[in-house]
Amino acid sequence: MISFGFVWDWAFTVKMLPLLIKGAGMTVTLTACAITFGTMIGLIIAFMKIIKNPVLNFIGSIYTWVFRGIPLLVQLFIVYYALPMVIGLTLDPFPAAVISISLCGGAYIAEIIRAGIQSVDKGQMEASLSLGMTYFQAMRRIIIPQTYRRLIPPMGNEFITLLKDTALVSTISMVELTRTAQIYAASHFKPFEMFITAGVIYLFLTTFFTLVFGKLESKLAQSE
Amino acid sequence: MIKIENISKSFGSLKVLKDLSLEIKAGEVVVVIGPSGSGKSTLLRCMNYLEKIDSGKIYIDGELLGFKEVNGKLVKAPAKDIYKIRENIGMVFQRFNLFPHMTVLENIIEAPVLVKKISKQEATERALKLLRKVGLEEKANSYPSQLSGGQQQRVAIARALAMEPKIMLFDEPTSALDPELVGKVLAVMMDLAKEGMTMVVVTHEMGFAREVADRVLFMDDGRIVEEGPPSQIFTNPQHPRTRGFLAKIL
Ligand SMILES: Nc1ncnc2c1ncn2[C@@H]1O[C@H](COP(=O)(O)OP(=O)(O)O)[C@@H](O)[C@H]1O
Ligand SMILES: [Mg+2]
Repeated sequence: MISFGFVWDWAFTVKMLPLLIKGAGMTVTLTACAITFGTMIGLIIAFMKIIKNPVLNFIGSIYTWVFRGIPLLVQLFIVYYALPMVIGLTLDPFPAAVISISLCGGAYIAEIIRAGIQSVDKGQMEASLSLGMTYFQAMRRIIIPQTYRRLIPPMGNEFITLLKDTALVSTISMVELTRTAQIYAASHFKPFEMFITAGVIYLFLTTFFTLVFGKLESKLAQSE
Repeated sequence: MIKIENISKSFGSLKVLKDLSLEIKAGEVVVVIGPSGSGKSTLLRCMNYLEKIDSGKIYIDGELLGFKEVNGKLVKAPAKDIYKIRENIGMVFQRFNLFPHMTVLENIIEAPVLVKKISKQEATERALKLLRKVGLEEKANSYPSQLSGGQQQRVAIARALAMEPKIMLFDEPTSALDPELVGKVLAVMMDLAKEGMTMVVVTHEMGFAREVADRVLFMDDGRIVEEGPPSQIFTNPQHPRTRGFLAKIL
């Protein structure tokens, strides 16, 4: 018999909301870690690819090739399940999650930063060098500051992608938003309430990101 | 001040400078003319090592550029030697290349503060003096995008002068400007020439060359085809290619 009489269980939703929000807190923590480390990795890899050094160029290219070419889920399994067998060191889900997402995110962020830096007119570097600046002084003071505004939209997108990608770590029993929803959906047979509420919370978080980056962009646009 | 001995430079299979030699004395103003693609910009860019030469030698104020002698052998100079030599060579570009995220004043004090470690206050005082000199004191707090091309180029000249260079290189400094804006830029350059600055200027402004150039070089196909005082080059060129070129632009 097919039942059309579905009724949303509000009492249950409200009861579970604190747990979901706690899970969302972990999602945000994971995202913040991944953004921080991913951006650091991205900066380093971007410089390896820009600088005039064939060895570093090669390493940088291999890095982006590998980490953008393998599904994040597989990378996660490698770090969490496969690596311990090789190096004899078992990682907890949290560090495994942060490492995987940061390494992968770093590859995308590297490409964003590289494109941003290379979009700055070549004359800027030449003018800086002709004034006696070193390459790194020119990068730090002249080139990179000119990329900020251009970097904001793609970085905003990437951060949102990272946030959504953290859902994948539920597969290595990392208890974040998706995993929390999964657990209680199963134990109380309430998939509808749990997953839709989780979805709404994700939407809330991504919207927040979008708004912040939009603000940042218009603020930087004014100062130009 | 600048001594260039038999330099050559290629981009891939394209030979841009061919066994070129040139000597420029302190205080001399040299104007370089020649058809597009003849290697004028490349020659200038080699002088401050923005381009690496394939062979030959360049001395700036007696110092070999890009190389140094170790036990009688020439080895590549460390980057910091090149940075050091560049401090003495100002360069002005066709497209100004001001830093768009900085005000006029910030553009000018950036390198003195960063490279020469001069205090911000002293650098600012000097910058304002230079801005007065180029007639743009009131634009100190404007951004480059708020200035006309001619004003931007005068700021670029002030920015280069702020490093107190011994040599100034100009690569077609007025060719991106509307005709009515050219005059003031040239006036600044003429003042500089009269103050005794050593200058190498790629330009087709014949009036400027006639008035301040000690020597005019005509370049074609990676070589200096003819050189001499402006009166001679403009009125009585010896080489047919010089004549052909001048006929086109005068
Ligand atoms: N970075 C470069 N890579 C390849 N070819 C170049 C480069 N710079 C200049 N060239 C070529 O070298 C030749 C001389 O250029 P340039 O020195 O700019 O001439 P000019 O300033 O007299 O017009 C031109 O054919 C130009 O296309
Ligand atoms: Mg040129």
